[in-house]
Order: sequence, then structure tokens, then C-alpha cells
Amino acid sequence: MSTRHPRARLALLLGPPMLWLGVAYLGALAALFVTALWTQNGFTGQIERVWTLDSFKTLFTVEVYRTIALRTIAVAVLVTVIDAVVAFPIAVYMSKVAGPGLRRFLLVAVLMPLWASYLVKAYAWRGMFSEGGLVSSAFEAVGLKSPGYGLTATVVTLSYLWLPYMILPIYAGLERLPDSLLEASADLGGRTLQTLRRIVLPTVVPAMAAGSIFTFSLTLGDYIAVRIVGGTNQLLGNVVYDNVGAANNLPFAAAVATIPVVVMVLYLAAVRRTGAMESL
Amino acid sequence: MKKLSVAVSLAVLALVAAACGTSGGGDSAAKAGSSTGFSAPDLPKLDKLGAGEGKLSVLAWPGYAEDGSNDPKVDWVTPFEKQTGCQVTVKTFGTSDEAVTLMKTGQYDVVSASGDATLRLIAGGQVEPVNTDLVPNYADVYAFLKNRPWNSVNGQMYGIPHGWGANLLMWRTDKVKPAPTSWSVVFDANSPYKGTVTAYDSPIYIADAAMYLMATKPDLGIKNPYALDDKQFAATVDLLKTQKTLVSEYWSDYLKEVQAFTSANSVVGTTWQVIANVATGEKVPVQVTVPTEGVTGWSDTWMVSATSKHKNCAYQWLNHIISPQANAAVAEYFGEAPANGKACALTADKNHCTTYHAGDATYAQKIWYWTTPIAQCLDGRTDVKCTDYSKWTQAWTQIKG
Repeated sequence: MSTRHPRARLALLLGPPMLWLGVAYLGALAALFVTALWTQNGFTGQIERVWTLDSFKTLFTVEVYRTIALRTIAVAVLVTVIDAVVAFPIAVYMSKVAGPGLRRFLLVAVLMPLWASYLVKAYAWRGMFSEGGLVSSAFEAVGLKSPGYGLTATVVTLSYLWLPYMILPIYAGLERLPDSLLEASADLGGRTLQTLRRIVLPTVVPAMAAGSIFTFSLTLGDYIAVRIVGGTNQLLGNVVYDNVGAANNLPFAAAVATIPVVVMVLYLAAVRRTGAMESL
Repeated sequence: MKKLSVAVSLAVLALVAAACGTSGGGDSAAKAGSSTGFSAPDLPKLDKLGAGEGKLSVLAWPGYAEDGSNDPKVDWVTPFEKQTGCQVTVKTFGTSDEAVTLMKTGQYDVVSASGDATLRLIAGGQVEPVNTDLVPNYADVYAFLKNRPWNSVNGQMYGIPHGWGANLLMWRTDKVKPAPTSWSVVFDANSPYKGTVTAYDSPIYIADAAMYLMATKPDLGIKNPYALDDKQFAATVDLLKTQKTLVSEYWSDYLKEVQAFTSANSVVGTTWQVIANVATGEKVPVQVTVPTEGVTGWSDTWMVSATSKHKNCAYQWLNHIISPQANAAVAEYFGEAPANGKACALTADKNHCTTYHAGDATYAQKIWYWTTPIAQCLDGRTDVKCTDYSKWTQAWTQIKG
């Protein structure tokens, strides 16, 4: 039967996901862009469907949005770099050094934080960064001033939150690297560092890029952690949240929300060039 | 928009709503100036109470309409249902803006609106005037809560006052000495508490700074912290930008503030009485005061939807929720001053009304209640345009940087 109606079968197979992608996903995005071109009645909060670029004009002319956008991107980059640096040795150890039993244990250990709620973890960090908390006591013990709430605390918290999303792709990437390659490198006289640099790293870079998509995009959209440990700082997500929640100004919120979309499109285009998309 | 008769209007406030110039005569003592302006849609009010319709849909702040589902001991909805036969469904909202949005759906019969939502609801025609004669308990509501700019238009009440509270100055008694009497500890660039100040995280907090400037920089000519022209607004925003260098963090979640004061990350800043109570309960040495410059605050009103199909039940609810028993229960559960003077005798904590200054008209007079800032100056000026709430929101983002 299937051979008689190949087209119908294909349509049945692809229909639902295409519908999902087209209507629910891209449709919502399109609605977002359209809303950004409308305006809002400041008093009643009603959206006025008059085409205007006012929201974008505000976005580009008022300096604070540029500052916040750059700050958000900087935090996202920093979180990604920290996660990559921390995740790499862990992933190497898990996939190439640890025995099967230890490997399974480590895998569970890496995944374990994902079982706890985001908020619990963020508030735990709030406790650690507060006066008399673990972090500030540790700093004071060596005679330094605790960073307190602020961007440092935000970067640390977000790096902690997204770390598993970086470890797992790198681990998966290394799993695909046959041990025989490492042995061959050793047989040909390659030292550990040389092997790492010339064999392991090239395999790992696309995996890291894949992981960075998670850490980067999740940071770009986050607004909760910075509310909890960020002190007086705010990221793009907070601007969107405040405009939707407090001002009920959907057009402007939509305009702000296009920034992370544009940044992500550029980022994904860059990542694609590394070939990381194929290893996803 | 219909024209309002000059004779009827007692123009408590002067706002201009969109279109045709409505003329209102007269003005109240405080709000001087012309009253060209705020014209409420001409909606009828109920003139006779009939039998209950058997159903009521309530839109309320969390804690205002408890039916025992959160805590079996906290329940003033079930007695109402038994008494009137009106089956109540409750929907809660988190912000005034959410309340306004939800009211536009027309699915709710009554709403508990704060002063920064009421005028928007009135102007938008979502709520109708209330016939206070049909609410017997209205007689016991403190006089200083009636006919205020946020719950009435031209002397016509648009709802029933429910409860109120002030945004106070709180400090850690062990870290802040001497006890502050002025908001300068949180606004002055040379405040000794730099880095440990906290402030309320909402655009409406701009009014607190404006109120401070009203007292400290009289030449700016601020008469009402919710009516700021461009120059006054710029000065206020500048003050808040200075304040940012003092602030350790902004709060909007009250438990977050309790925690910040407990750990001493914050030692001085704006607060609510209920927060001070919680902190004191946790043995944190804090005190609150009304600084010399005054305070901002909130005053909530129960309003009836213009499209409600259950108006008789709605009026019965209005009467029930400010009855001494229910009003006492809500005020105590939520942590605010009740509107009904008779409620004070029925609170479990006999000091409740003293703590919250319930019947203290002079204390209440000092409060600048949250009001929606709109383009038409609330202080009656017509020669300038004032900054509206959307500008406040954008400015708030810029202040935080």
C-alpha cells in the first residue's frame, strides 16, 4: 500500500511537524514582528493598529537599550566561555579516562542539577552571595571584598545553571572519537598535549559550538537569575518583561525582543560555518 | 464620550480623556485648576437591588477573595455563598496592568482595583458608577476614603473603598543610626548607607522621588508626584539615577526584601508594613516611619463591571467584602488598613488597626496614593503636558541602566 501512495504517506508523515513549525513557531515569531510595528495607547493600554517604526526608533535612539543589549551579549559570551572551559576537562575525563562504572556515575552527577528547579538553584546562589554567605565569607577569609549581588554573581549563577548543556554535547562529541585514534597518535610519538591539541580539540570544537548554542541563547533570554542575584543590573529579558508586565506595552516589548532574535540568527550563521550543526 | 453637565460636576480631578472637550465646573480644595477633561463614559448605575443571579465572577488581588482553598481557616467567600446563593469563582491577578487587561474581556463581575488601575478602567468603560445607597455597609467606610480622585469622577463613586496602606521607610536599627526621619537617607548622594539602600522595583516608584523633590526642591513646582511635566520629570529621573549608585538592589517580591534585610544586604529603604511585621517576626531589628516628606501608598476599590450579567450578586459582594467581619479578615490576612471602621473590633490581633493607622485621617492624608500618571496633568495644569505611564516605564528602564 505504501508504494502505491508515496506522496500521501509523505504528506501524512511531514504534515503535523510542518504545521507545528509553520503555524505555532514561525507564526508566533511573525506575530511578534508585526506587533513591534504597532503602537499603544498610553492611557488605556490598548494596542493601536497603526503602522509605525516608533518602537524601533526608541530602541535605537535611547542609549540605555544599546548598553543593555551589549551587556546581555557580553554576559552570554562570558557564560559560554566559562562553561566551555569548565566542561572540557570534565567531558574528557568522562569519555576517555573514567571506567564504565565511574562514567555512568559522573553522567548522573552532571544531570543531577537538572532535577532541581531553576528557582531553587538561583536562590541558593543568592544565599551564597549574600552578606555572611559562603562566597562572601570565602572572600573575606582571604582579605578580599565580596562581589555581592551584581553582574559577577549573575555570570556565576548562569554558568552554573547551563553547565550540563555544555558538558553533554562535548561528551557526546568525544564519545564519537575512537580510542584507536588516540592510540595511533601515541604510537606515532605524540605526547598528551599534542594529542589533545591536534586530535581531541578539532573533534571537540564543533561539539563546543553546539553546546554554546544552548548556553548562549539561554543566557540571552534569561531575566530571572539577574533579578535574583543581579543587584541593580538588568538584561534584555528584564526590559521585555517590564514592558509586557508593568507597562502593558506589547509593541515596544516586541521590538526589544527582536534584538536577541537577530543576535541568535547571526550566531547560528556563524556556528553553522564551524560544521557544528551536523553534529547536533 | 458624552458631555457632562457643568452643574453636576464637582470635578474632583481634572483629566482630559481623548476626544471632545468636556467642561466640568468647580474644583475641590486640593486639586485646583481647570477641569477640562476627564470624561467618563456615560454609563447608568443600578438603581434597585433585585434577586441574586446565583453566580458571581470575582477578579481580585491574591489574598482579597479567599475561599479556603489556600488555607481552610481563611475563608470569607463560602459564608457569602451560603448567605446569598451566589456561587463565586475567583481569578487572581499579579499586577494592575494584568487586571486592566483581564477586565477588558468582560468576563468578570467585580474587580479589586488599585489607584493606578481605576481611572483606566473608568475611562475605558469597563466599570460603571456604583450606587452606594445599595451598599448598606458603605455608611461605615471611613469618610476620608470616599470621593477620592482614584475612586470617583465628579463626585460619583465608581466603587467601594476596601483597604489601604503606605509605602514606608524601613531601616535596620543596629546599622542605621540615628533613626532616619527623612527620605534623604535613600536619595542623598552622600548618604552614609551607600550600597545598602533598597528601592521598590516599579515605574510607580518614580512618584516617591518626585514627592521627595516636592519637599526639598520647591522651585521645581511639583504639586502632585503623579503629575510631572517634562522638566520636573527629568529632575526626578536624575535624582533616581543618583540613587542608583546607592542601591544594592531593587525589590518587588516582598519576601526578597525580608531576606535582604535579614542578611543586611539592605539596611534602609522603602517598604510595606506587612514586610516590617514579617521581618520583626523573624527577629530582624527593623523599624518603620513616615518621613517628614510624606509617603506614597495604595488604596484599593471594589468595582462593578459594566458588562456584568450578575449585578445583584455583584452589589451583594461589595456589601459583603466591606462588612466588618470580611473587611477585618482581609485586612489582617493581607496586612493593610481596613476601610470599614467597625472591622477594627473584629480583628484577631486587637492592635491591628493601631499598627496600620486604620482610622487615622491625618496619617492617611499624608499619603500620596498610587494613581496612573497620564498625559493630562492630574494637578489641574492645562498649559503643559505631563508624562504618562508608558514614559514612566521607559524611564524606569533607563534609571536602572
